[in-house]
Amino acid sequence: MTNKLFSPIILLLVLAFLIGPFLIIIAASLSAGETLAFPPQGLSLRWVLKVFEVESFRASFGISMFLAIGGTLAALILGIPASYALSRYKVPGAETIRTIVSSPIIVPGIIVGLALLRYFVVPFNFGILFALFLAHTALILPYAVRVVSASLNNLQSDIEEAAVLLGSSRIGAFFRVVMPNIRGGILAAFILGFVTSFNQVPVSLFLSGPGVRTLPIDMLAYMEITYDPSVAALSALLAFMSLGIVFLAERFLGFSRYV
Amino acid sequence: MSDARFLCLEKLTLSYGKNVAVPEMDLDIGKGELVALLGPSGCGKTTTMRAIAGLMEPSSGKIILDNVDITRTPANKRPVGLVFQSYALFPHLNVYENVAFGLKLMGVRGKELDDKVQEGLRTVGLSKFATRKPAELSGGQQQRVSLARSMVMEPKVLLLDEPLSNLDARLRLEMRTELQRVQKESGVTMIFVTHDQVEALAMADRIIVMLDGHIEQIGTPEDIYNRPVSDFVADFVGFENVFALENGKLKTATGTVELSVTPPTDAKGLAWRPSMVSLGSGPFEGTIRGTSFAGGTREYLLDTPLGPIKAECDASLPAHEFSSVLKFDLPVSQAAPLSRVGSL
Repeated sequence: MTNKLFSPIILLLVLAFLIGPFLIIIAASLSAGETLAFPPQGLSLRWVLKVFEVESFRASFGISMFLAIGGTLAALILGIPASYALSRYKVPGAETIRTIVSSPIIVPGIIVGLALLRYFVVPFNFGILFALFLAHTALILPYAVRVVSASLNNLQSDIEEAAVLLGSSRIGAFFRVVMPNIRGGILAAFILGFVTSFNQVPVSLFLSGPGVRTLPIDMLAYMEITYDPSVAALSALLAFMSLGIVFLAERFLGFSRYV
Repeated sequence: MSDARFLCLEKLTLSYGKNVAVPEMDLDIGKGELVALLGPSGCGKTTTMRAIAGLMEPSSGKIILDNVDITRTPANKRPVGLVFQSYALFPHLNVYENVAFGLKLMGVRGKELDDKVQEGLRTVGLSKFATRKPAELSGGQQQRVSLARSMVMEPKVLLLDEPLSNLDARLRLEMRTELQRVQKESGVTMIFVTHDQVEALAMADRIIVMLDGHIEQIGTPEDIYNRPVSDFVADFVGFENVFALENGKLKTATGTVELSVTPPTDAKGLAWRPSMVSLGSGPFEGTIRGTSFAGGTREYLLDTPLGPIKAECDASLPAHEFSSVLKFDLPVSQAAPLSRVGSL
């Protein structure tokens, strides 16, 4: 009896906790008032429109998109051959390589950020954008290797030999029969990497500098000065963008199979 | 006479690093033959097959196919097909596209491509399944797709790796006749690797028995079954009572035993099937230590001064009691004379 009553309540609480902030942000972004508040004071789209007018948001959105797309592509270019080598050949120290590759997941971002700043950016005098690009690539690499490895391990390795015996070159076999079968995994890795990079705060915080900020960092900076609902509006827009990507991925690729 | 030497392995040595898997193998296979490479796991039969396919580079020796030295020809340029044990179908392509894969790479297009693929599918009876994905097919059907995919390339030699081992018993029989039919109709030279002597005996024109990287015996199924040359082959095809000879006497674990008839002088050993052991009379005695009913026959395991002996007699005869003592004989006239012993 208690179970019948208890479990739906728990379920509702969990859902409220998970989805609640999202709903509050949406509501707050539709406010007509001057400050970020919930419940919203009146209804209007003025703050949603304001988002598109703020110059720094446009610039940092561009940088975030560049890092998310560029960093993920770079991580895949490094990660796909690495995954292939790890799953097909007896690589000496393969376990160690896997651990090292996964370390950015385990090590707190704040440490990574500080270390990169102190021992990488400062001594070598890298440009801010380049440093951010390297950091994001490194952070995404583990996801790329893990997800791509998972789909490679599900693939029979002798299909490559079969392709070769049917007249394909070794490299041709990779593109003709391996790539098409791990395409889903690669796209899943891309989406994971994109979202990870786009939402990255601690590392980006350390590496951002004058004129070069990622969107989340820019939002923090904006809020320190201006406490209007446009940040809520931007958050809501970003949430819908992520939701849209994941929805499309699930719809067309069965995303959840790979993650 | 190039037909009899269509595929030749000349002093072919195959090794993994420093481990020599197959040392200096010589072998001739004739055009249109259906040959079985038979042997226990680790005997080098799969390695040999992979070398013929070009998936493994020999450390020395030659492979000659239809008068062309293909030893250094890369796998994708060899006129050799291989049906993998796991079938190795491309999961993202449907049956039609799987079969068309190699033809497309060869540059076959349009109607010619379609005709060849359809013909290939018809040969293996899968025309109706052209649009299915491999995952939607049974093991037997996947096997057929794999066969068609190789056959449409019109290879000079078709290799099959344990073609029946992943199929259930009934399908295995069906596939056996199917493979024989495809081979006879196309006339392709076919070599299949197997560890199952029943399969080899039933399907092959010629059997090559391998052990520890070398060829133990080559012969027709009748040769192999009735006239094994070594103790290993004898045991492999069911001569379960194998003895070495020493000065015309049977060698046992404890000494030698004289036979009633002197064996041929050139024989190094003698082997008897359980059915060749005559029970009930003879110079030897044994105690029944095990008995099992096998339908038409009854098998006995005897404990004898010669060591354990397996005997077999008609199941319609009254059964002998467990631990009873029986007289028996090993008739020399029926025994298979072995010219080599020592591999067991």
